[in-house]
Amino acid sequence: MTVSTETRALRTQGLKKPARDGGIRESAVSRTVAMAVMIVATLYFLTPLWWLLVASTKTREDFTTTNPLWFADFALFDNIAALVTYRDGVFLQWLGNSALYAGVGALLATLIAAMAGYAIAKYTFRGRETLFNVILGGVLVPATALALPLFLLFSQAGATNTIWAVLLPSLVSPFGVYLSRIYAAASVPDEIIEAARIDGAGEVRTFFTVATRLMAPALVTIFLFQFVAIWNNFFLPLIMLRDESLFPVTLGLYVWNTQVSQIPDIRALVVIGSLLSIIPLIVTFLALQRFWQSGLANGGLK
Amino acid sequence: MVARDTAVKASRAVSHRKALAFFLIPFGSLFVLFYLVPILYAIYQSLLTVEREGTFGPAVQVFGGLTQYIAVFQNEPFWASIGRVLLFGVVQVPIMLGVALVLALLLDSPLVRGSKFFRLAFFAPYAVPSVIAAIMWGFLYSPNLSPFTAVTSSVDLLSAETVLWSIANVVTWVYVGYNMLIIYSALLSIPQEIYEAARLDGAGQFRIAFAIKIPLVVPALVLTGIFSIIGTLQLLAEPQVFQSFSNAVTSTFTPNLTIYSTASVPNISLAAAMSVVLALATFVLSFTVLKLTQRRTAQ
Repeated sequence: MTVSTETRALRTQGLKKPARDGGIRESAVSRTVAMAVMIVATLYFLTPLWWLLVASTKTREDFTTTNPLWFADFALFDNIAALVTYRDGVFLQWLGNSALYAGVGALLATLIAAMAGYAIAKYTFRGRETLFNVILGGVLVPATALALPLFLLFSQAGATNTIWAVLLPSLVSPFGVYLSRIYAAASVPDEIIEAARIDGAGEVRTFFTVATRLMAPALVTIFLFQFVAIWNNFFLPLIMLRDESLFPVTLGLYVWNTQVSQIPDIRALVVIGSLLSIIPLIVTFLALQRFWQSGLANGGLK
Repeated sequence: MVARDTAVKASRAVSHRKALAFFLIPFGSLFVLFYLVPILYAIYQSLLTVEREGTFGPAVQVFGGLTQYIAVFQNEPFWASIGRVLLFGVVQVPIMLGVALVLALLLDSPLVRGSKFFRLAFFAPYAVPSVIAAIMWGFLYSPNLSPFTAVTSSVDLLSAETVLWSIANVVTWVYVGYNMLIIYSALLSIPQEIYEAARLDGAGQFRIAFAIKIPLVVPALVLTGIFSIIGTLQLLAEPQVFQSFSNAVTSTFTPNLTIYSTASVPNISLAAAMSVVLALATFVLSFTVLKLTQRRTAQ
């Protein structure tokens, strides 16, 4: 193994910057221009989030009268208290619903997709490529195009306005099958499966004890992206759910936002609610970044 | 000995078949139930039409052939909304992918310090759901609340002429970081040896970017491009939220809003026909982009 392939392996593992091999020194001008671009971009991406953070700490009067990008009287905890007590704590229920739909949905979707992707990668059977191509076609079918017919089907089954109407369709992740097939083919050697068979492990046990471990970065990546897709999903809950107590947080805040003109006080709740609803996602991404970043780098894009 | 061998093989084949069924049936059945059946059902619905016996008679659904599709082709608001999102896509997708490519190249170059921080800062908006991003930017665009009063007092960002581009900015803000990360991941899988050779030939960072890096990340650009096209044609959450900030966003602003308002009339069959047309248009467009770029890279 040469030094450069080692560096490459290291980089793809942890997304490390290359060790600078010192040959040519980049000019100070290009360095300054590059950093300037990065800083302008950072301002563009982070200013709205900063505004949201600052706005969430303000009293209703200060919200319109003080500098939008700097703190005034600190009322963050009063605002949070107002939010979680409004209408018997319906906001907390929405957060819980989102966590349920996205957490359980993404977990099961990842498992189901990983099993299918692993099987397509590691077993030869008739119709394998056809099956894979049909699933790949599913990646191109937009979720919003499915929402309306799903609504009609669920209403015939009398199952609209239930948890299942949102949860069940989220369990299917064609992209997850695609990613786990690619990843299983690259990271689960046939020899290991053979060795497990010789040791007397069944096929299913081999998958759960050996393969899932080797596929871990891909599994985390699938879980996270499915989690985000469900957490952000808007159209499906919008048409499926009537009962406010089943809403995910995005739908709840959307409904509140449409009421701002009739109930002006609700605007403050929309602002603080928006802040609280994005914190869980940001924390999840930060906590798991090592895994999903290497999953993206190694699996998805070859 | 031979007999035992084949017996072992046979039993293994059986256990493989069982395992295969175990692995494939959960995904297979859910895929059929929640992908294939709805697609077929939408097609079936789109072929129905409602007829009444007399003016006030009960409504009955009957087979109407292509009646609904003819109605779709005559539906001007639907085509106007398709035109609007195509215009949106022609401008927004290249800008978004261009910015994502430049940022990814800069992150990958030795010119930038602190790339880990920048990577996370650019990616953070992806963690903001579209609905929340639209609500947030709706506030930022509103003249009396915005921190950018210099801009919002001279240009009405929520007027009929500008609101499409105000929405484009929201979509760009959310997705640049995601696309950047996919392109950046592709850059990381380029073998270092290629750069060493180029550097020995005296190539600078720009030369390396244009002659080596960009051609090698074309597959990632195609992937992000196709996802962006699908996203553009399916625009829904952002314009729906903007209805509370701007009167310029009508109930037929994008194809999906048109479908949603048609379905809630309710005219389910016409809405189903529109869904089928939109899904086909999305598929044809993504497929064309895929084929065109494949031919160009093959040359």
